[in-house]
Amino acid sequence: MIWKTIKVGFHRLGSPPNFYRLCQRFSPWLWGGFFLCAAVGLYQALYVVPPDYQQGDSFRILYVHVPAAWQAMAGYVVMAILAFIALVWRIRIAEIMAMMGAPIGAAFSVICLATGSIWGRPMWGTWWAWDARLTSMLVLLFIYLGIMGLYSAFEDKRKGARIACILILVGLVNIPIIHFSVEWWTTLHQGSTIRFFGESTMHYSMMPPLVWMTIAVKFLFAAALLDRSRNEILDQDRRRRWVLEHAGVNR
Amino acid sequence: MTPTRKKRLVLVGLLVIGIGAAAAVAITALQSNMFFFITPTDVHAQTMPPDRQFRLGGLVMAGTVERDPHSLAVSFTVTDGAYELPVTFNGILPDLFREGQGVIAHGRLGEDGQFHAHEVLARHDETYMPAELARALERTGHPMEANIQPGPTARQRD
Repeated sequence: MIWKTIKVGFHRLGSPPNFYRLCQRFSPWLWGGFFLCAAVGLYQALYVVPPDYQQGDSFRILYVHVPAAWQAMAGYVVMAILAFIALVWRIRIAEIMAMMGAPIGAAFSVICLATGSIWGRPMWGTWWAWDARLTSMLVLLFIYLGIMGLYSAFEDKRKGARIACILILVGLVNIPIIHFSVEWWTTLHQGSTIRFFGESTMHYSMMPPLVWMTIAVKFLFAAALLDRSRNEILDQDRRRRWVLEHAGVNR
Repeated sequence: MTPTRKKRLVLVGLLVIGIGAAAAVAITALQSNMFFFITPTDVHAQTMPPDRQFRLGGLVMAGTVERDPHSLAVSFTVTDGAYELPVTFNGILPDLFREGQGVIAHGRLGEDGQFHAHEVLARHDETYMPAELARALERTGHPMEANIQPGPTARQRD
């Protein structure tokens, strides 16, 4: 009974008009959540948290750098799950969402690499080093760009999406490499500060803005993903009756 | 689940497992090339061929930093707790460079047993704490800076 309800629910969600309306309803709340959390997080990061004992005020860039890096990786995992669903069940919404996530993930990767570089110049003494962590993060950006390029290279959007979904699953192997690069090898990049298992090496007074900013970028990713998917569906279905009805066009 | 979907599920699963296995093999094969720096212990074990450029990583030993007052020349000793190596450098050091700090020096080992660096990078550790707390800890006798005691040098052991 419950299983059937879930199944019917998913089928309803899989229909473009229903998905479109759902996105429309959720989108403002997600944007609201983002602006609220980011405002609190940025205020705390810039005015409340004390300067670091070694780096002074420069360390505050981590409140953008770390959430962006996490989201670039978490967004990829979300895309991989969607790609898996898209390849096995051929659900069109999953294909579209997997494709629409790529530019957002690429943007987070760029933010991560840029802020890291800006921090690295005064702290490490260099903008860039070809160590395992930095290089694997750059590879993630290239994978995102590859997905975008592959998707747009096909006239048939569904075909392009399916082939790009295979690339998403191939690139998934890079995610654990990024995470464990600082443990498996010696790198210029420091090890993980925040650990889910074991003690984090950041003083608790510095944690709240990191939590706020992490939640904020989750909202941002979700909001951008739903909005982009909604636009793509509208564009792809622009000659279908439900879109014309939605737009108030009578044939 | 229909047979077609089951087939696709298996195919996609095999794809992911196959790529994972291939990557694991490739990474294992490249293992020795993935290290960004080596430690004084590795240098002592002579894992590097002579005259080859490499990056040396470790902590700046407390009390070993000597600056030439008339130039940018600086010398210090890098240690990993077990072995040490004296380093000379002529240039601008990063902000985080200080005694007890992790550093990565890029250069080559000279005939004189010293490491001649042409680039020195500071390596930040993963600890973040408020400056006031660090000062308070120092007052009560628990300084945050790694305090490496001078141990036997590589030359003494030979």
